[in-house]
Amino acid sequence: MPGADNALPRNRFLRTESQVVQSLAVPATAHATVAADVISATSQLALDVRSVTKDFGPPLLRRIARRTSTPYRAVNDVSFAVPAGEIFGVIGANGSGKSTLIRILSTLLLPDGGDVHVFGRNVVTQALEVRRLINRVSADPSFFRPMSAVENLLFFGRAYGLTGEETRRESLSLLEQLGLDERRAREPMLKMSRGQQQKVAVARAFLTKPRLLLLDEPTTGLDPRSKRDVQRFVSDIRRDHGVTILLTTHDMEEAELLCDRIAFLAEGRIVAEGTPLQLRERIADGRAVEDVDMEDVFMTFTGRRLDEDEEGNPDDNG
Amino acid sequence: MTTADLTYPGSPRRVALGWAFVERQTNLWKRYWGWELVWLLYGVVNTLAITFIAREAGQSGVISQEQVRRLTLFLLIGTLIWAYLSAVLDDMSLVIMWERWEGTIEHTLMAPVPRAVHLIGMSVFGILHATARTALILACSLPFFNVDLGHADWLAALLVVVVGSLSLIGLGILTGILPMLYPERGEQMSFMVQALVLLVSGVYYGVNVLPGWLQAASNASPATYLLKGIRSAVIDGHGVAHQGQVLLVLAIFGVVLVPVSLVAFSAAERWARRTGRLKRQG
Repeated sequence: MPGADNALPRNRFLRTESQVVQSLAVPATAHATVAADVISATSQLALDVRSVTKDFGPPLLRRIARRTSTPYRAVNDVSFAVPAGEIFGVIGANGSGKSTLIRILSTLLLPDGGDVHVFGRNVVTQALEVRRLINRVSADPSFFRPMSAVENLLFFGRAYGLTGEETRRESLSLLEQLGLDERRAREPMLKMSRGQQQKVAVARAFLTKPRLLLLDEPTTGLDPRSKRDVQRFVSDIRRDHGVTILLTTHDMEEAELLCDRIAFLAEGRIVAEGTPLQLRERIADGRAVEDVDMEDVFMTFTGRRLDEDEEGNPDDNG
Repeated sequence: MTTADLTYPGSPRRVALGWAFVERQTNLWKRYWGWELVWLLYGVVNTLAITFIAREAGQSGVISQEQVRRLTLFLLIGTLIWAYLSAVLDDMSLVIMWERWEGTIEHTLMAPVPRAVHLIGMSVFGILHATARTALILACSLPFFNVDLGHADWLAALLVVVVGSLSLIGLGILTGILPMLYPERGEQMSFMVQALVLLVSGVYYGVNVLPGWLQAASNASPATYLLKGIRSAVIDGHGVAHQGQVLLVLAIFGVVLVPVSLVAFSAAERWARRTGRLKRQG
């Protein structure tokens, strides 16, 4: 994006690490302030997850043939609530159940137990209504790559009830904000770098004006500049439009910069939840919180490093 | 958009949502024009290769010249209808498979589009696409043969195709379920369905040459009646009034198969959502 570097210091999440640590030293952190401002605007729950469980196992016939009946529990009694306007982070190693959770929230996977409500609508029994309220960005941009960005967005815009004209206008505007000009937007996406494709994925998600945005490792594999552009966009849309965001990530710095609250997921269970400051304080054990690294926080609560894969179901990517 | 907007099949909202799929597939095929050209060439070569059998039969004295003309039309109609039918079934079996290849399956299926609207949109594209491809194959193949189309009843033939296409949509949606249930083998399974339809429907021969049990099976294939009706209209010049029975059977197939296939697709989707199959990787 032209001039992006000059614009960086104006954004909350683009502070340097030392600035982040400084902010954590005071009780009313930037995170807490922003969250409180946004959350106080509405007391509505954007996301209400109660005792959600999901098992995966071999098909029934194979289970009978092998006389095995032990399914793998990908998500285990997970509960949390996200008020409207909050950015809620879910952090876990590969195989911890993050992607399974996101797919349940996306209405693509039925939970075996528990309930999930998005703005009061049940994801199982009111899936169509929930789908109108949500959108999603995954680690893999996932497009019809022979088509152009505009053609892809045209389809998704129409599928969410926008007219062709509205979609074209909004798409080009969003892509420009993300640093993609019209000429690029009309070329086949095959010709785009991964970072550019991911920006189109962010535009796709926001095009439909979701009230809840599910970001599943949206910056994984991006170069630093693309990552920063995507992070800035995420922060801006929350600030300007009050969109509620659920973010899963491997990147501790990103989680701390963007999220108001964070939950750590290990073996399908939430093992800790709180603001970044609260989580640091919980393990500080006499140390100053600025001396506590979030990676240490993660290891303390989960018993493993973030880059360590958890053993689990091959169906589950995260 | 409210739920009420989507309640009625013909509501403008539903039409607009369904159009999204027609437009997307059209854009996609434009980008894959090279493949379309390959399939067109294959269709023309297949039509010529099979229809020349009639000329060979005439030249070797097996049948009379009058019979050659009749057999040529018989085979030409068979190859063209097969090209049409397989294009519709292919497009419908790609409903899930193509999304998996491109990785868009999760994004498409989480869009707030009722599944029936999604499938009808894909079917409309399938019919338009198959019609265009078949018309081009016909245009490229006709100059090779001396066929008399003078007494064909085109209105009756068109009516049979239109009513028969309903049942093809139903059949197509049913074959589209297979790749959803079996991510690894679904594509091959849908080819098997096509192969069975080819065998029992009398595409290149009359169903009366089949063994008894296969003749019984041919009654269960809508393609049997589709071919029978079109041959009767084009070769024998029988009008709409003469097509009553064929049209009635095809209409019954359509009225039964379309809703049954939609219900079956929804049930399969629910199972796939339970078992975690609605995703890019198989």
